[in-house]
Amino acid sequence: MELMLRRVEQKVGAATHLYALDLVLVPRAVTVLLGATQAGKTTLMRLMAGLDAPSAGRVVADGQDVTGLPVRQRNVAMVYQQFINYPSMTVAENIASPLRLRGTHSPAEIEARVAELAGKLHIESFLQRLPAELSGGQQQRVALARALAKKAPLMLLDEPLVNLDYKLREELREELSALFASGESTVVYATTEPTEALLLGGYTAVMDAGELLQYGATAEVFHRPQSIRVARAFSDPPLNLVEARAAADGIVLPTDLKLPLPLPASRTTTGFQALTVGIRASALRVQRRDRDLSLPGSVELAEISGSDTFVHVGTPIGELVAQLPGVHQFTLGAPVTLYLDPAQVYVFDARGDLLLAPGEAAALKAH
Amino acid sequence: MARIELDLAHAYRANPQRDEDYALLPLKMCFEDGGAYALLGPSGCGKTTLLNIVSGLVTPSQGHVTYDGRDVTGLSPQQRNIAQVFQFPVIYDTMTVAENLAFPLRNRGVPEERIRQRVGQVAEMLDLSGQLGMRAAGLAADAKQKISLGRGLVREDVSAVLFDEPLTVIDPHLKWQLRRKLKQIHHELKLTLIYVTHDQVEALTFAQQVMVMTRGRAVQVGTASELFERPSHTFVGHFIGSPGMNFLQGRGHAGGIEIAGRLLAAPTESLARLPDFTLGVRPEHVQLVAADTAGAIPGVIMQAQDIGTSWLVTARVGSGLNESLLRARLGAEQAIPRVGDTQWLSVVGEHTCYYVNEELIA
Repeated sequence: MELMLRRVEQKVGAATHLYALDLVLVPRAVTVLLGATQAGKTTLMRLMAGLDAPSAGRVVADGQDVTGLPVRQRNVAMVYQQFINYPSMTVAENIASPLRLRGTHSPAEIEARVAELAGKLHIESFLQRLPAELSGGQQQRVALARALAKKAPLMLLDEPLVNLDYKLREELREELSALFASGESTVVYATTEPTEALLLGGYTAVMDAGELLQYGATAEVFHRPQSIRVARAFSDPPLNLVEARAAADGIVLPTDLKLPLPLPASRTTTGFQALTVGIRASALRVQRRDRDLSLPGSVELAEISGSDTFVHVGTPIGELVAQLPGVHQFTLGAPVTLYLDPAQVYVFDARGDLLLAPGEAAALKAH
Repeated sequence: MARIELDLAHAYRANPQRDEDYALLPLKMCFEDGGAYALLGPSGCGKTTLLNIVSGLVTPSQGHVTYDGRDVTGLSPQQRNIAQVFQFPVIYDTMTVAENLAFPLRNRGVPEERIRQRVGQVAEMLDLSGQLGMRAAGLAADAKQKISLGRGLVREDVSAVLFDEPLTVIDPHLKWQLRRKLKQIHHELKLTLIYVTHDQVEALTFAQQVMVMTRGRAVQVGTASELFERPSHTFVGHFIGSPGMNFLQGRGHAGGIEIAGRLLAAPTESLARLPDFTLGVRPEHVQLVAADTAGAIPGVIMQAQDIGTSWLVTARVGSGLNESLLRARLGAEQAIPRVGDTQWLSVVGEHTCYYVNEELIA
């Protein structure tokens, strides 16, 4: 489905839940709605589904204005955080229910579709059980299978894995990615977790406090966030932010450390323009390379996650978190020097808009 | 504070016979005084049962719980002097933040002067100082959970503080801050902390020792690096790490070991004598290498995902019955192979583990 939102907004009384936004979803692909709780993800999904009518703006599906058209008259499938199934129906009946309701499929067709989905979601051995007899992960698989059953052109998933165990999430996310890849539906998937967005791939719409901040291919949005707000919402561990100012020959960090980076000509001023430098935790290293900036400091905290070590270091430019691949042992309070390739930083202007993303400085110099 | 020792098992039915009859299989564990521990595993693994046995909410069907050598098996949480923090905020909405934090102390008749001091200290550590006079009712879910944490930590005379998935309702960004606060608080207050979670990152970053559990069994107790580098059970290899360890079937031969249909030099002689074993290698330790490199096998690239700070590459190795998927996590600066390419991947190296019947043998 081609879903288009035009100047859509949502107000409840005096409160604005969603500020006017335009969004054209890439059809038959996955769009991740990424943002913290209260960002407006669920509000936006309810408008897309037709569960609520927007207070202003238009919702257009496949060229047709469906603003205000109730969900029953649209062909939409939804999956929620809570595992919602019909408690008195067996798993097979649950999955079959949307098809039965539609009345356009023969019993044999329905049975084949149920078997196909049960196989894909690994619930074939539970088909004759009731939902209450299943574990949480299995119940959510049933809800997912039911949503997929009718091949709805629009499928909306609101944090579908949030109530499941970490490892189960990993497994189901992969299965879902494979199912979405068939291109049957335009899929919208809400999450609070940046890592989940990156693993799902596709496209990402970053939301914050009722605003749509940026929409684009997931990796592109991650690598080139248009503003500090996007960069903050789309980083885990959090982005390191350092106050800085522009000078004639580059960017000056606290304690007069200099980043020899050219700013885009149109944006440079000779004055003491306030800037913010963003450094991803993964851009900081403990091994020195040529051209690196040295940031000597002391270890304030070290967290080992297994695959990575997160070390929090007090440095002259502020406290920084570095993400080091593998297991590293640090002693609290011990001296450590972090190294940073100046070309790996983000630079934001005083309003928080992106001036420079990693790797772009070289391109600017060439001009 | 106390050193807590467990030597017990728990079954909900009488006369347990098989492993499945146990909610907790026989286990021994010692929580040292002032240590930070995590119980990690999927739902239904027994971690909450174990926590409830430590606190006294559940009495084990066999064995004993001792605090500093004293048998407390039959004592209630109050008698054991335990503080607990749950998944969802447990606070008094009509009280101010300060009154909420002071409540466990007032209940115990702690002098007002000491209460003020301690509440101030805990509030400062949790960044609640500015909200002490506010009513709890008006606060956001995460602030309320911080108060719950504060109430758990405010008493200095507790035997231990137990946390049951305390960061579930917290957004990812705040999780970072709160995890870090908990670590600092542990450092400063030297309380014995036991933390239950299904989230490996929370467990590994928080605790000095993590107990990994599955199906009522404690399969390994270790530091984050031990669990990552040397999982003693395939479940630990699978559960820790994201994605978990790659497992490939192996067969010993006179000339070496056969992995995914290829004969490789045996890293140890005993391995060559094993008819059947499982090779485990983490995606972080699989490297792209030139064709015919020792310890490597060829694979066809099925997927290459940009996951932000690194790439996740999935390759198909072997064929027929030997076919498996092998994942490699590669640095963002490396050349990433394209889907469909044939690429050699190293699987035998210093970080490779070998298992027989799920247990680590080399």
